[in-house]
Amino acid sequence: MDIGWYLAVSALVFCTGAGGVLVRRNPLVILLCLELMLNAANLALVAFARMHGSGDGQIFALIVMVVAACEVTIGLGVIVAIHRRRLPVDVDELRELRG
Amino acid sequence: MAEVVFFVASLGAIGGAVGVVALRNPFYSVLALVGHLLSLAALFLLLRAEFVAAAQVVVYAGAVMVLYVFVVAYIGGADRPVRTTGPGLGLAAPLFAGALFVELCLAMLGSGLKAIDAQGAPYEAGFGSPGQIGELFLTRFLLPFEVASYLLLIAAVGAVILARRRRGLEEEGLEDVPTVTVADLFRLEPGVGTQAESGGMLQDRRERDERERKGGW
Repeated sequence: MDIGWYLAVSALVFCTGAGGVLVRRNPLVILLCLELMLNAANLALVAFARMHGSGDGQIFALIVMVVAACEVTIGLGVIVAIHRRRLPVDVDELRELRG
Repeated sequence: MAEVVFFVASLGAIGGAVGVVALRNPFYSVLALVGHLLSLAALFLLLRAEFVAAAQVVVYAGAVMVLYVFVVAYIGGADRPVRTTGPGLGLAAPLFAGALFVELCLAMLGSGLKAIDAQGAPYEAGFGSPGQIGELFLTRFLLPFEVASYLLLIAAVGAVILARRRRGLEEEGLEDVPTVTVADLFRLEPGVGTQAESGGMLQDRRERDERERKGGW
């Protein structure tokens, strides 16, 4: 398969994730859509690594996975804290940053 | 054969992505994301990134998704319509996504990379193997490797601090929290410094001994 097809799939998944971030209101699902975008970037990185025949892109993809894991941990911690304080789990109603 | 695998895996990846966005129950969204990640791992295998594919399955589809499932079960998957207020953004979002796709395709086609229409560089033995990845991590990319480990540590500590219960501060007030000053350190009789003492077991035993010396109950 040509590398271009992988890049097309990556672009499609990235756009789906970006649209999901705009459409959905549950912060959990927004985090999932962020995961989609990060994974699309990972696919592009691995495809470029294959294109150039060097392992640097794969290293970058692994680092992106680490950053995504950190982001998920902190994001889920924030969501659990929001739920504990009896606030609505909805990004449209959580528009104030005041405690 | 590779074409068939690519077709099936990319269909699974795109279908999983659409499922994440379109399904109403967050639990089903998480399951769709698991399917998307597994399809993506198959694509990584096609691109000869064996270690990345394995890490994707173990770390992402395994550990991170378990975290998601637990939080969704804790919060409770609220069945909400995708969007009720404001038809403007509901219409603008697909338009934005479509424009983004067109722009990304134009950028890739206009990048002038000649190898986009090729199968990629000739395959060398050991490309994408754990050995090569580990060697790169410990030689050329040592600093990002260490920074990533610190980032994971900070994220773990931050998640514990964010998600812990703060009942002592919110419901009872600050005045109930016992404070220890420097003077207390000198006033208290020196202990033995064992774990039994810090857990209060030693004090219980001392009180019991005192009761027995006074003559039982």
